[in-house]
Amino acid sequence: MTLTVNTAAALALGDDALVLSHRLGEWAGHAPVLEEEVALANIALDLLGQARVLLSMAGDEDELAYLREERAFRNLQLVEQPNGDFAHTIARQLYFSTYQRLLYAQLASGDSEFAPLAAKAVKEVAYHQDHAEQWTLRLGDGTDESRERMSRACQALWRFTGEMFQPLDGVDVDWDGMRAAWLESVEDTLRRATLTVPEGPRTGAWTAGAGRQGLHTESFGRMLAEMQHLHRSHPGASW
Amino acid sequence: MTNTDWPLWEVFVRSRRGLSHTHAGSLHAPDAELALRNARDLYTRRGEGVSIWVVPSAAITASSPDEKDPFFEPAADKPYRHPTFYEIPEGVKHL
Repeated sequence: MTLTVNTAAALALGDDALVLSHRLGEWAGHAPVLEEEVALANIALDLLGQARVLLSMAGDEDELAYLREERAFRNLQLVEQPNGDFAHTIARQLYFSTYQRLLYAQLASGDSEFAPLAAKAVKEVAYHQDHAEQWTLRLGDGTDESRERMSRACQALWRFTGEMFQPLDGVDVDWDGMRAAWLESVEDTLRRATLTVPEGPRTGAWTAGAGRQGLHTESFGRMLAEMQHLHRSHPGASW
Repeated sequence: MTNTDWPLWEVFVRSRRGLSHTHAGSLHAPDAELALRNARDLYTRRGEGVSIWVVPSAAITASSPDEKDPFFEPAADKPYRHPTFYEIPEGVKHL
């Protein structure tokens, strides 16, 4: 039996990993402490490894990463959101890694072309989720300042979370079950961190969610310009 | 990269089963759980370990350099304490 790679699905999942990897990489040289800088860079490298496999399933990885225009990217709007303060980065990590772990766990137990990658990546992502949860607990249940910032971050990114559960063609998983499991997991972490679970819609007119269709938020263009300028200025550059 | 008020932790890594934990270095972390995770990220990212211990640096009692002579020198001229005074029987390979 030959498996057909669903290019659109590989692109969407690959773009999620690539864009978040780049955002996390932006912390290099800026993280609050050296130890955390290495932790974030490790997570970024895990994601970059996943992106390389996924984009290679969809075409030439370098062309896809460095030569596509903004509207051709299929990542969730959540992952392109700016790093903000450390709490924003942690909230983004909490929302995304919880989703990615559930998704990869299902893909790993299936027999699609994504199964081998998912089986390897689900262990990496389990660590990403643990990292985000540990920090959520400490910032939420920490000082007044950290609690205030973490609370603001969770609230600000909440409206980007509904988009994660729009079914993707070619990704055969139980999306509704995943949404329920995601909510349960995130709510549990927020409660243990003594934070209020954000209110507000996660889907519908006032929420974000057209990243999968190629519509992105304002800061994404700037991020892409920075990510792509070297390759565009010096095509095929290497060292 | 400013200094923080976080305490210092010593990290010990066991490289594989059967070996003992060896001192790998130190790091800053707010508590033991995060020290363990920082240690994972700093000292086992190239597959160096299967187990990690973290110990607050403040909990370690160390010998003082000033006591070097009374501590260690008396052992220097007692070669009979080394197991080098017997013949190794023929055929014993892994001694």
